Amino acid sequence: MTALQNFTKGFIRENPVFSLLLGMCPTLGVTTSAINGLGMGLATAFVLVMSNLSISLVKNAIPDKVRIPAFVVIIASFVTVVELVMQGFVPALYEQLGLFIPLIVVNCIVLGRAEAFASKNTVLPSIIDGLSMGLGFAFALTLLGSVREFLGSGAIFNIKIIQTDMMLLFVLAPGAFFVLAYLIALMKKLNKKTK
Amino acid sequence: MAAKKESSFFNMVSTLLIVTLTAGITLGAVFILTEDPIEKAKKQKQEKAIKAVLDDFDRIESKNIKSAYDENQDLVFNVAYKGDQFVGVAIETFTNNGFGGTIKLMIGLSPDGTINNISVLEHKETPGLGDKMEKSKSDWSEQFNGKKGKVALKKNGGEIDAITAATISSNAFIDAVNRAIETFEQNKGGI
Repeated sequence: MTALQNFTKGFIRENPVFSLLLGMCPTLGVTTSAINGLGMGLATAFVLVMSNLSISLVKNAIPDKVRIPAFVVIIASFVTVVELVMQGFVPALYEQLGLFIPLIVVNCIVLGRAEAFASKNTVLPSIIDGLSMGLGFAFALTLLGSVREFLGSGAIFNIKIIQTDMMLLFVLAPGAFFVLAYLIALMKKLNKKTK
Repeated sequence: MAAKKESSFFNMVSTLLIVTLTAGITLGAVFILTEDPIEKAKKQKQEKAIKAVLDDFDRIESKNIKSAYDENQDLVFNVAYKGDQFVGVAIETFTNNGFGGTIKLMIGLSPDGTINNISVLEHKETPGLGDKMEKSKSDWSEQFNGKKGKVALKKNGGEIDAITAATISSNAFIDAVNRAIETFEQNKGGI
């Protein structure tokens, strides 16, 4: 696998949301609007890159039987660092995302990539993998958030496109499942074509 | 490249010790570094919230006052002065009756108890319905401005229009407002 292939896999072919179906909890909960999805996606991407980087560095020093607890501690530390730094230096962004940041810890994509990729590969590919998966996640969340925001309130990124009342259902929890299902079906179709 | 460490008892314990120790020290350091900025950001946010509901003041004195309806809770009264004159109070009030749980409001009262302005500090109401109580989403909360004394929804004999399809959120909002007003009335002499 070339570096480029490694980088592009996260967007469609191995997209964490649409293809691997990982991290459904933040995916469904956060994406009530496009900006929420993007913010959560980028925060996750940052944690993914940092945790992949550090885990690929220390992987040989960690005995197999305790690798999971060690990984979890590393990931949780990065998330807490992100939360504290955001709270202190970009309070406006923190206000929007504050609730969701601790959720990154329980996002199985982060642990999944640590286990499936970073613990078996060297530093550079691991960083690229983190970047690819993180941006793929951000892409999926932004797409999901945009569709829900548009169908639910007629706006994308808070910019009104249609003035009338829309189908509120899509901003509420059931809408998340509807939209996700259709997007997954669409992605599967796209995937088949490219193969 | 070094070979993988064996999963012996000593290796496992020492690795976990090192990992958790490093994590602990790092987090401690980051916490100390960000403690002041976080405190400052919180203070700024609170000042901004007070400024949003009171017009003209140059000094704030904050005190905790026991809430009406619920003896175990305190409301924060931010009493505003201009020079030495008492010009109003910004009360941080709350209700637990929201559709999504707790709602926190900042409500500005002038000295005679008239509502000057209200801003929402925190809520978990449904996006698109109950969240119309936010000023950025709709001007629903403007109708409280200028009212004096306790408020109620029109269908309960008051003057306030409910948010369409969000009566629970509207009633919770009113509960928080009345809590602040009742507490203010009870403690008028003490301010």
